[in-house]
Amino acid sequence: MQNELKVVSNATCTFCGCVCDDIELTVEGNHITKAKNACVLGKAWFLNHEAGEGPVARIRGKEATVEEAVEEAARILVDAKFPIIYGLSDTTCEAQRVTVAIADWVGASIDTTTSVCHGPSGMAFQGVGEITCSLGEVRNRADLVIFWGSNPAESHPRHWGRYSTMPKGLFVPNGRKDRTVVLVDVRRTKSAPAADIFLQIKPRKDFEVLWMLRALVKGLTINEADLIDTGVTLEQLQNLVDRMKACKFGVLFFGMGLSMTRGKHLNVEAALALARDLNAFTRFYANPMRGHGNVTGADNVVSWQTGYPFGVNLGRGYPRFNPGEFTTTDTLARKEADAAMIIASDPMGNFSQAAREHLASIPFIALDTKETSTTRAAAVAFTTATYGINVPGTVYRMDDVPIPLRPAFESPYPSDEKILRALEKKVLHLLQAKLQASN
Amino acid sequence: MNKNQEELFILISGRSTRQGTSMNESKFSKEYLEETGVVQICPEDMTRLGLTAGDLVCIRSEQRSIEIPCVAAKEKELPSGLLFMAYGDWSSRLMGSDTHGTGMPNSKGTDVYLSKVCAIKKD
Amino acid sequence: MAITRIKGGKIYDPTNGINGEVRDIWIKDGKIIAPPIEADILPEKVIDATGRIIMPGGVDMHCHIAGPKVNLARKMRPEDKRYAPHVSRTALTRSGTIGSVPSTFATGYLYAGLGYTTAFDAAVPPLSARHAHEELQDTPIIDKGFYLLMGNNHYALEQIAKKDNEKLKSFTAWLLESAKGYAIKLVNPGGVEVWKSGGANISEIDQDIGHFNCTPRQIIQGLSQTAMDIGLPHAVHIHCNNLGIPGNWRTTQATMDALEGRRAHLTHIQFHSYGGEPDDQGKFCSKVQELADFVNSHPEVTVDVGQVLFGETTSMTGDGPLGYYLHKVTGKKWTSADTEMEAGCGIVPMVYKEKSFVNALQWAIGLEWYLLVKDPWQIAMSTDHPNGGSFLAYPEIIQLLMDRTYRQEILKRVHPRVLERSCLKDLDREYTLNEIAIITRAGPARMLGLKNKGHLGIGADGDVTIYNESSNILAMFELPYMVIKYGKVVVEKSEIRLQVPGNTLHVSPSFDSGLVGGIRKWFESYYTIQFENYPVTDEYLSGGGTMIPCNKK
Repeated sequence: MQNELKVVSNATCTFCGCVCDDIELTVEGNHITKAKNACVLGKAWFLNHEAGEGPVARIRGKEATVEEAVEEAARILVDAKFPIIYGLSDTTCEAQRVTVAIADWVGASIDTTTSVCHGPSGMAFQGVGEITCSLGEVRNRADLVIFWGSNPAESHPRHWGRYSTMPKGLFVPNGRKDRTVVLVDVRRTKSAPAADIFLQIKPRKDFEVLWMLRALVKGLTINEADLIDTGVTLEQLQNLVDRMKACKFGVLFFGMGLSMTRGKHLNVEAALALARDLNAFTRFYANPMRGHGNVTGADNVVSWQTGYPFGVNLGRGYPRFNPGEFTTTDTLARKEADAAMIIASDPMGNFSQAAREHLASIPFIALDTKETSTTRAAAVAFTTATYGINVPGTVYRMDDVPIPLRPAFESPYPSDEKILRALEKKVLHLLQAKLQASN
Repeated sequence: MNKNQEELFILISGRSTRQGTSMNESKFSKEYLEETGVVQICPEDMTRLGLTAGDLVCIRSEQRSIEIPCVAAKEKELPSGLLFMAYGDWSSRLMGSDTHGTGMPNSKGTDVYLSKVCAIKKD
Repeated sequence: MAITRIKGGKIYDPTNGINGEVRDIWIKDGKIIAPPIEADILPEKVIDATGRIIMPGGVDMHCHIAGPKVNLARKMRPEDKRYAPHVSRTALTRSGTIGSVPSTFATGYLYAGLGYTTAFDAAVPPLSARHAHEELQDTPIIDKGFYLLMGNNHYALEQIAKKDNEKLKSFTAWLLESAKGYAIKLVNPGGVEVWKSGGANISEIDQDIGHFNCTPRQIIQGLSQTAMDIGLPHAVHIHCNNLGIPGNWRTTQATMDALEGRRAHLTHIQFHSYGGEPDDQGKFCSKVQELADFVNSHPEVTVDVGQVLFGETTSMTGDGPLGYYLHKVTGKKWTSADTEMEAGCGIVPMVYKEKSFVNALQWAIGLEWYLLVKDPWQIAMSTDHPNGGSFLAYPEIIQLLMDRTYRQEILKRVHPRVLERSCLKDLDREYTLNEIAIITRAGPARMLGLKNKGHLGIGADGDVTIYNESSNILAMFELPYMVIKYGKVVVEKSEIRLQVPGNTLHVSPSFDSGLVGGIRKWFESYYTIQFENYPVTDEYLSGGGTMIPCNKK
């Protein structure tokens, strides 16, 4: 291939939930050689993407044609009694929409990486509601920014600089100087030095501390004794509450520190309720720090198509929702799934042992851009092109803002959407044949 | 700590920059495997337990045991009694599959036992 | 060149003055044509509508069916759907959930099933236009579009304060073109910005909104004028300040006066017609007559009702502070989402009870509106779905309007104080089928400036609803015999026969491109996405999209 040089401006990075769309890519042939404005994670994302090697499709490890692999994949899904479909956070909304269609036709469970990320936050939201805002509201108005159970320096490196603490805004003309930044975490992470106030909380005490903050906001009395084993003092909490009530616009960004520890959705409920309570005094918000590039898109697509955000089952011909029943960790660990399709995610690399063992024992289809433990164990594996680098489409930032992708170079591999559309067609064909055979 | 003794710690798993960058290359890259295949212990605990960087330790959760090298966490980053592992294959092996009806297993702030040698068969 | 003939039906086509005449309808290539003169031109399909009633496909000009706020409500309320009826998949159609906020496929099928062929989402922030378009792509069969929130848009407020009408016009045109929207929407103009910047709200239209140095009156005047100057097919669409607050009829009256003769559409007017005082629930009463008098003497103003129906539903509004108010009043969970530079929203579950004086009076006020506005061309049916109730309740509203006995029956059941605070018991008027056809299709299409919708004249889109004539009004309107979209049968015997994507209707007003530089400069100072990534490109338009022309003077 000729090494033509081109520059792609306003490109979108989909490594983390920041979804920065101001990246300037220098592309030479099928390599990205520069990613101006990208953070260290974004640079790794763009610069490490090679054109890829190996076949598009494999059946049980052996190269196959796409047609053969699609046929086999469709057969696996159509013949299954309890197929599950999982993943979807690292692909376009266009591909996600076709995936939910396939789940609908075969009556599968459809679940996304949300269930092991901010799923509990979604559940908390269903209980309490949430007071949120787009990141530009934070940029333009926030004078108090709290991070709880989140380490943005390592998980979302440009969050502070582009959105939440550094930028000058309409009502925050001096940027960082006009803001107080608070960090609450169990470790003094790399984010701590940049915070004005750091509260080192003890593990598994987030719910209690958040609940006590709620009490203090409402003017109830808390004793120092109530705070034993939390790692924080009454003075620290009262100080925080005073700041929260007195600020013009406060926002609490919360991460996996809340959703992944004991209490899970209850921890997040406490945070959401705190933000809501503070609206009696000022404008206050609680926003989740979403992880992967398009997990927010996955939530949105599954929600608008089925009515529910994740952990959905279509086996009775219509959507049913139940975290714990239809979520993937559970349907795998309890050995309920008898077939699966895993798209743009790696459960064989990061699920519990029981879940991994069961997944390895059932026939499953995997779509991914790179080789992973999951693609290696798949009955049918497709290598696909990378969204945002090779493939255009729509993604949603952590605050629900939809953003288009601007690909840098073409890939010899098909997009997820293309494979999934072929799969949908084949699935419908097989279902039609099944119906005719039974009549 | 004598080699058969176990001590209770709280395990925190999380993102690290190096885990994030190396993941883009490949989950089979040396860097990714290194970053996700160690456990960080705070310097005071390391000293108290008689451990030096690179020593293999056994970490046991309710479900599994893993044997993994240890390193000292940066000064003041990790409080005593906590362990840190970058997300990945190894940290996930310690995770249970009970999601308590939420879809999410506990994967941060879990109780684990640290010892110098794995008393039971490890993964 | 497929030709369809619908023969023998009783036509109600108010736009063309046809009121129950038996006539044939001929459709070719999706458009209504004159009956061919040549005897040898045979239709490929003949639909026998003998003894049946035919109306143009329904047009819902105010509902909440797509976009970030609607999706937040879906996510927030699994309990709303768990025991509700659902939509099962078939070999042809996708599954879905209903409750008060149906999923997208269900929305399209249910509207079509009711005989509606066009619907507009009433409030989308431009930053999320892409999201609304994606959802509309997954809302099959109906033609659709949305209105763009502008009443709290920072750039618009700045130009209004400076009285720079040229910049306001160009910005509005640029914004509608970029978002592929349909009309200008004002929601609590100025009030949402006051709420975002400190938690307060607007109480009257001459209140200064602080930083931006303008008033709701100026916003109303500026954007109603802009809508006319750039020739938008639909007038400015206004959700007045002070929605829901007892005594707010004065704000509505002030808004009407502020228009000074300009075209405007005041939406879900029921919620804005309250007499009494904010702190004395006992004094709550109806002020519909006073406001209807204005509408009756101002043909340039149109309204849709926002009818309340008893039962459970979800309130969702771009009126952020209203969401907080409803949360405080009901104690139910509350979601609020603010969009930078542009808008806010509030979502709270709602229940309207027959035995609640306030709710029963709201119900009565809605019906008063329908019965007190003299010209049905000025009033459109709506429930502000789902705020007052679901669009699935439209047949019930039709029954309430056509059958005064049914109205009286319900009046006997509701809270008794309603009888003294509302004149509903004395209103004998019963709507005719012709008038129903006006308020559910012909009128909304005309208000929207959709020349090819809402009627069955030559050149109109072949969107036709065939009803079984029945004295059971509810049954008749709940279950059309057949629904035809662009000449193709999409619903028959309450089954979806054909899944078509439906077209996204949008406008593309012209603007002075020399002024875009100024917009860009402002945008880049405050937004958190790139200017180039803001506009929505054509591939997001469902069915390829249809651009409705503007009539710039």
